[in-house]
Amino acid sequence: MELLAFGDTGWGDELFYATLMTIAVSITAMIIGFSFAAIFTPLKLSKNILLNFLANSYTTVIRGVPELLVIYLFFFGGTGAVMYVASIFGYNKYIEINAFITGAFAIGIISGAYSTEVFRGAVQSIDKGQFEAAKVLGLSKFTQFFKIILPQVLRLAIPNLSNVWQITLKDTSLISVTGLVEIMRQSYIAAGSTRDPLFFYSFAAVLYLMLTYFSMKLINKLEIKYSRGY
Amino acid sequence: MDLELMITSFPKLLNAAAITLKLLSVSLIIGLLIGLLFAILRLNENIFINKFAYGYSYIFRGTPLLVQIFIIYFGLGQIEYLRSTFLWVILKEPYWCAIIAFALNTGAYTSEILRSAFQTIKPGIIEAGQSLGISNKIIFYKIQIPIAIRQSLPAYGNEIILMMKGTSLASTVTIMDLTGVAKYIISTTFKPIEVFIVAGGIYLFMTFIIHNVIKFLEKKYSFNS
Repeated sequence: MELLAFGDTGWGDELFYATLMTIAVSITAMIIGFSFAAIFTPLKLSKNILLNFLANSYTTVIRGVPELLVIYLFFFGGTGAVMYVASIFGYNKYIEINAFITGAFAIGIISGAYSTEVFRGAVQSIDKGQFEAAKVLGLSKFTQFFKIILPQVLRLAIPNLSNVWQITLKDTSLISVTGLVEIMRQSYIAAGSTRDPLFFYSFAAVLYLMLTYFSMKLINKLEIKYSRGY
Repeated sequence: MDLELMITSFPKLLNAAAITLKLLSVSLIIGLLIGLLFAILRLNENIFINKFAYGYSYIFRGTPLLVQIFIIYFGLGQIEYLRSTFLWVILKEPYWCAIIAFALNTGAYTSEILRSAFQTIKPGIIEAGQSLGISNKIIFYKIQIPIAIRQSLPAYGNEIILMMKGTSLASTVTIMDLTGVAKYIISTTFKPIEVFIVAGGIYLFMTFIIHNVIKFLEKKYSFNS
C-alpha cells in the first residue's frame, strides 16, 4: 500500500494522472473514430464503385493489420508526413508532434474502422419504409437525417459501439510504446524503479477493469435511454 | 518510395511471419482447450464453479492483452518460489510467456463464444436424443458439440483474426515476430511507409486466408448442404 501513496513517496498520484490520460486518449480517439466513421459510412453505402472501394479498403486494411503496426507507422512516419506537407507550404524547420496527438490519431483511425462497420450495419437494418415515409412527408434532408434516421441508427448502434469503446480503451495501452505516460507506461516506469513489476502490472489490470466496468454501466444507461419507446 | 528496401526486406519479414503463425497456432490450440473447459464450467449449476469461470473470462476480456503479457513475463519471475520450481524453465522464456498469455486470453473469448453456442441449442434437440434412448455422453459428443461448433464458427473465425493481430504484442517481450522485425527495419532505415506496406500486406494475406478457410468450413457444416 505504501507504493500507492500520493506525493513523493508513492506512485498513487502518478497512476491517478496516468488513468486520466488513458481516459483522455480513449475519448479523443473515439471522437476521431466517429469523424472517420461519419466520412466512410456514407462512402460504404454509396453506389459509386470507386468510393465504395475506398471505404472498403480502409476498413479491411485497418481491421486486418495489427494495431501495434499501425502505431509504429504513425510514430515513425507521422513526423515525416507532417514535415513533408509543411515543406510544400514552404516551412522547412523540424516539427515535433506530440505523443498524445500521434497516439490518439493512430487509435482513432483503428477505432474509426470498427465504428464504420457498426454504423453501416445499423443504417442497413433500418426499414426502407422509414426513409420513404420521411421523404413523403416532405421533410428536408436535414430533418430526415437528424430526426428520423439518426435516432434509430443510434439505438441499433449503441450496443456494438460499446464493444468498439472497449476495444479502443484497451488499445490505448499500446500507445505506451511511443512514450505517452498513460496507465501502462506509468506502471512500466514504476515497476522499473521499484523492481516490483508483479504489483504494478496487476494494479494496472485492476485500473483497466475498473474503467471497463464503469464505462459499461454508463453505456447501459445510454442504451436504455435510446431504446425508450421500444 | 524505396522499392529496393521493400524487395530486400520481404524475405526477412516472410521468415518472421512463420514465427507469427507458430505463435498463433500453438496459442489457438491451447486456447481452444481452455475455452472448452471454461464453457463447460460456465454451464455448471454449482454457483461457485460458475462464478469462477465467469470471473476468469471477465478479467481476461476486460484488461488489455499487453498487461497480461507483462504480468506473466515480468511479474511472475518476481515470485521467488516459482523460480525454484520446474515452471521456471518455461517462464523464463519470453516465447512461452507470450504463448501462455495468448492462450489464456483467447481461451476467455473462446469460452464465451462456445457458451453462447451451447445455450442456443434448442432443448428439443437434446430431448429428441434422450427419447431415442441415447446416453447423455453420446448426446453431448455427437449432438451438442457438432451443433455448437457449427454455431460458433463465424464468431470463432473473428477471434482467430483478432488473435493473429494480438500476436504482434509478442514483439514487446523481445520476440522477433512479423511486427518485431518490421519495427526493427523501420527503426534502422526510417522508412516506415515501405515497411508497413510489406508487413501489412503479409498480415492482410494471412487474414484473407483465415477468412476464406472459415467461410469454407461454415458452408461445409451448414444445415442446408
